[in-house]
Amino acid sequence: MTFYTILFYILAALIIVTTGLAITRRNMVHTIVYLVFSFFGSAMLFYLLGAPLLAALEVIIYAGAIMILFLFIIMMLKEEAPESRLFPFRQWLPATLLGFAYLVLGSLLVVSADPETGAPLQIATASPAMFGEYLFRTHWLAIEIASLLLLIALVGALRLGRFDQPESRKTEDAS
Amino acid sequence: MIVPYNHVLILSGVLFLMGMFCATARRNLIMIVVGLEIMLNAASVAFIGAALRWQHMEGQAIVLFIFAVAATEVSVGLALIVSAYRRTGSVDPGMFK
Repeated sequence: MTFYTILFYILAALIIVTTGLAITRRNMVHTIVYLVFSFFGSAMLFYLLGAPLLAALEVIIYAGAIMILFLFIIMMLKEEAPESRLFPFRQWLPATLLGFAYLVLGSLLVVSADPETGAPLQIATASPAMFGEYLFRTHWLAIEIASLLLLIALVGALRLGRFDQPESRKTEDAS
Repeated sequence: MIVPYNHVLILSGVLFLMGMFCATARRNLIMIVVGLEIMLNAASVAFIGAALRWQHMEGQAIVLFIFAVAATEVSVGLALIVSAYRRTGSVDPGMFK
């Protein structure tokens, strides 16, 4: 058992515990703070698994931008009477049972996979320069499409977030 | 030598199930979007493990696109939640009949 193995298990335990705490909190601000910890853990895991650029992006995009956006929205919407927790138990019992069935099946599949999959991962790092060059050489079209997707998201968010002003709209329609 | 790829897959599967629980069982629109984020992150973990397992950068490239999709999804999703909140004054999915 090497140092990296121990590091992986510590990080995995940290991620699972913080995510578990996050999804069970009543207060949504606590949820978001725990999730920031979880995503920091994921970023460290990415670094351990040899993706330094993606580790940085995980911190910047997930733990930074997305979680702060959630915080803004949570604080913008008035906190109503304590959220009525979960849906009725009988409603999500089938989903839970099926989920556990899939968990058991997946674990069996993973455990009984071919022995080559069980071999420990070798340490390797994709340097950001190498990764960027690879990305723009082989996936330039997909990158353009992703940027277009972000533009569409911007337009959609602006359209959805616009205030409804019935009076002014009526005058617009009349004129 | 880190760990077998199996263990990365198990971690990713547990994270995915947690996200699924959060998206299906919590009675709050914002928690549904949070659950989606957790599930996307679990997928990223699996992809990065696979990239290391086969020593190929394709997996990492996919994760970059997952980030783009997650950012898009969260911005549109939160805008939808705000517009739904304006209409009904609640973020309880049971309120939208």
